[in-house]
Amino acid sequence: MPEPARTADQRAATTVAAFPGAQLPQTSVKAPPFIRIEHVTKRFGTFTAVSDVTLEIQKGEIFSLLGGSGCGKTTLLRVLAGFEAPTEGRVFIDGQDMTDLPPYERPVNMMFQSYALFPHMTVEKNVAYGLKHEDMTGAQRAERVREMLDLVQLTEFAQRKPHQISGGQRQRVALARALAKQPKLLLLDEPLAALDKKLREHTQFELMEIQEKTGTTFIVVTHDQEEAMTLSSRLAVMDKGRIMQIGTATDVYEYPNSRFVAGFIGSINFFEATVRTTGAETAEVEVPDLGGNVTARAIPGLAPGQPITLAVRPEKVHLARKRHDLPNTFPGTVQSLAYFGKDSLYRIVLPSGHVMLVNSVNARRAGEHERVADWEDAVFLSFDPAAAILLKD
Amino acid sequence: MAGAHTDTSLQRWFNRKGWINVTIAAPYVWLVLFFLLPFVIVIAMSFATRTPTAPPFSFGGEHPVLNTAHYARLFQDDLYIRAYLTSIANAGLATLLCLLIGYPMALGLTRVSPAWRNILLMLVILPFWTSFLLRVYAWIGLMGTNSWFNKLLTASWNWLVPTDWALRSIPMMNTNFAVVLVMVYSYLPFMILPLYANLEKLDRTLDEASMDLGSRPFRVFLDITLPLSVPGIIAGGLLVFIPASGELIIPSLVGNAGQPMIGRVISDEFASARDWPMASAVSVALLMLLVVPIMLYTHFEGKSHEKRKEGA
Amino acid sequence: MRRRSTFLVTMLCFGFAFFYVPILSMMVYSFNGSRLATVWGGFSTKWYVSLLSNRQILNAALLSLKIALLSATMATILGTMAGIALARFKRFRGRTLFSGLVTAPLVMPEVITGIASLMLFILMAEWIGWPASRGFTTVTLAHITFSMVFVTTIVHSRLSEADAAVEEAAMDLGSRPWQVMKDITLPIISPAIVSGWLLAFTISLDDVVITNFTTGPGTTTLPILIWSKVKLGVTPDINALATITVCIVGTGVAIAGVILNRAEKRRDRDARMAYQANQ
Repeated sequence: MPEPARTADQRAATTVAAFPGAQLPQTSVKAPPFIRIEHVTKRFGTFTAVSDVTLEIQKGEIFSLLGGSGCGKTTLLRVLAGFEAPTEGRVFIDGQDMTDLPPYERPVNMMFQSYALFPHMTVEKNVAYGLKHEDMTGAQRAERVREMLDLVQLTEFAQRKPHQISGGQRQRVALARALAKQPKLLLLDEPLAALDKKLREHTQFELMEIQEKTGTTFIVVTHDQEEAMTLSSRLAVMDKGRIMQIGTATDVYEYPNSRFVAGFIGSINFFEATVRTTGAETAEVEVPDLGGNVTARAIPGLAPGQPITLAVRPEKVHLARKRHDLPNTFPGTVQSLAYFGKDSLYRIVLPSGHVMLVNSVNARRAGEHERVADWEDAVFLSFDPAAAILLKD
Repeated sequence: MAGAHTDTSLQRWFNRKGWINVTIAAPYVWLVLFFLLPFVIVIAMSFATRTPTAPPFSFGGEHPVLNTAHYARLFQDDLYIRAYLTSIANAGLATLLCLLIGYPMALGLTRVSPAWRNILLMLVILPFWTSFLLRVYAWIGLMGTNSWFNKLLTASWNWLVPTDWALRSIPMMNTNFAVVLVMVYSYLPFMILPLYANLEKLDRTLDEASMDLGSRPFRVFLDITLPLSVPGIIAGGLLVFIPASGELIIPSLVGNAGQPMIGRVISDEFASARDWPMASAVSVALLMLLVVPIMLYTHFEGKSHEKRKEGA
Repeated sequence: MRRRSTFLVTMLCFGFAFFYVPILSMMVYSFNGSRLATVWGGFSTKWYVSLLSNRQILNAALLSLKIALLSATMATILGTMAGIALARFKRFRGRTLFSGLVTAPLVMPEVITGIASLMLFILMAEWIGWPASRGFTTVTLAHITFSMVFVTTIVHSRLSEADAAVEEAAMDLGSRPWQVMKDITLPIISPAIVSGWLLAFTISLDDVVITNFTTGPGTTTLPILIWSKVKLGVTPDINALATITVCIVGTGVAIAGVILNRAEKRRDRDARMAYQANQ
């Protein structure tokens, strides 16, 4: 059941509207998972690259594995492709156990980070390469290659060698080559890392369009959080071989489950805090660095006296010269500010000496001396209880 | 700058870039004098006339200034043509065998662990550092009719074939087979090392990509590794073929004197027959046939390779 | 996935057996008491005794060493200059000819180089009276000529790989050309210079063909002596000489290998620590 094509904005809108923790419409709860990774562990000698990972991915999803270098995301991808045999655990694709199959017998294709285009073959030969082993006639093969080159708009470059085309075109050849065999699962290793910023944004949407046209399930490995958030229907944040959190972009950004995830995605202010009182909706925590108590959205399992971390995103903090009667309001002084045009980043020194980052959108057109606050100004910052995130670890 | 005041006159001269001229001129003059000039002499000599005087040649006088008789003799006397053919056949066969043995060895070297790889590479280079003559000598010892190696081969031959084919020993010494065998032995490192350097640089993700697209390991080798290692094969092939085709020592020690290789012919013409012009003509012909085409090939291949790199 | 192919392992074993069986056989027979290669005449070190008391062989070895030391040093100086010239000076008059002259000796059959050099030396003696006779001087000159291009090749490739911006940075920081050469360029290429010298030394020590043409009466290098002995047939003291050579070279290579291996391990460890410190 193909979904109507959505623009990125519409997609963002659905994502934001979705209840935290809920899954996107295409991931129906009833369907058995298309890809199932069961307790996969991969050790190299004494080093554990992937540690007990369990994942379920639905058909037609773009799923991202997000993490810093050495977090195990690429190893997990190579386990799926069949280049590494897992030390423990199993991998199922479309109900079939793939764990012991060599790469050349898996219905899985990969787009390599370096693209790995065969330098001695033309673009056309590169795309046709995987079809050699398929059971099809020469005419069918030629037709498929033509279709693929059409899909990535490279028909006129068919006879060029990889070194005769641009970086962006090479990326598209790699994509066409990997899609030509119509794999059940396409793995993309840092698909946009080698492109410059402008091209990257354009290619992102192109990738999403191609995914929608072909309906192939994508697993993308990336270290770029923006890339993961725009591209994927769901993403998994990885660290030290473990999956820290799985969810939609909104889940992971607005409702991080740990200090690591909160700190890895976007920027955030952390405070050491102690729980004072707990209620059904909100909890009161004492924050010495802010010099007072903060009302925050409650999380389950809180007890008075418990040490906890309070996290507040810079853009959720409101800045004013006058004190308004709002919850969670604290005084501070502007230490420095960086003007970016559409927004400004303030560094506010609190009376405790702690520095807090505040991001303020420059919604109003104003000259240098008319802005919300200037260097050395005494200001009041406040944030909504819903914006105050409590983290146990 | 504080250092500027303490410069010696040598340093001051150096700083004025005088050294650039010396750096270019010294090796340049040396090579022109001791390498280029001798070849000009060889070319000139090939057009001279042999005389019984010392040095045994002359230009002009009662003789033609440009004597082309020696080049004509190259085609008239089948000794020369046979020598060229023997050289090309022996050197070609040795190159092919080096490739067949050296390629899997070089590929194997890229697949072992780094610690082993360093040791094995040392073991490939080690024979090269020992004397070339001693390595040839080792085979003389092995190939002789009474050696353990020959006896071993004879025994296995006799076991393999019907009794009326049985041999008392295998005649190896003083044959073209011996020449090829010892050349393979001597030049194998020259095949392995450039091939290894080439294979080691190949991007292993290309193998993975090929496998990912459905190729089994042997198919990956045929489609990816082999075509991409062609530069290494050519480099190794030239390093074996060129010295092998002009080889003098190996045929003179283990070869068949009745079927001389071209190196032996040049040496004999020069030293025994004291026919400098003929020796020069044979040399020039060898250069024109083998060395010049190869140099031109590598020159243009290098140029187009550079262009490809710039294009990428 | 690292699957080691049985075929490749077999070929490696076969290849190394091919390399080393003849050498080992020679080493074993160097302890043979019998003169005949076919008969095992019991363990004996008499060929070593006869080798070491053979003045002719010792003199030839000494002469070879002298020529190799001298020619390798000269070849290294000239070859390094040529390598720097090719790698750093992209434009000078006659550069094409120069780069041709530097590669040609590498692909030249030795016989031709040999007779060409010999004719040059004879004609030089005829026309300018120097070198008056063939011997030490002519052999050394010829060795310098054909071994310097190997040094050039090594230095050139090392210097082309090195980043020229490092030299420019030194100049930008106030170094004069002399200091740049001393502080930057020479240290960068010093490993290449060392291996170039070693290669030139080995080539000179091992050369038969070119020496054979350019030498004169009374100047017999070790390879020439061995050649004349081997032409006459198998002589067991050559086995002893081969064993000694293999042992010396083997020890040298093993020591060099251990040193290189240690340096590499240290570099790896430093790199790992630097990487971890960055985390």
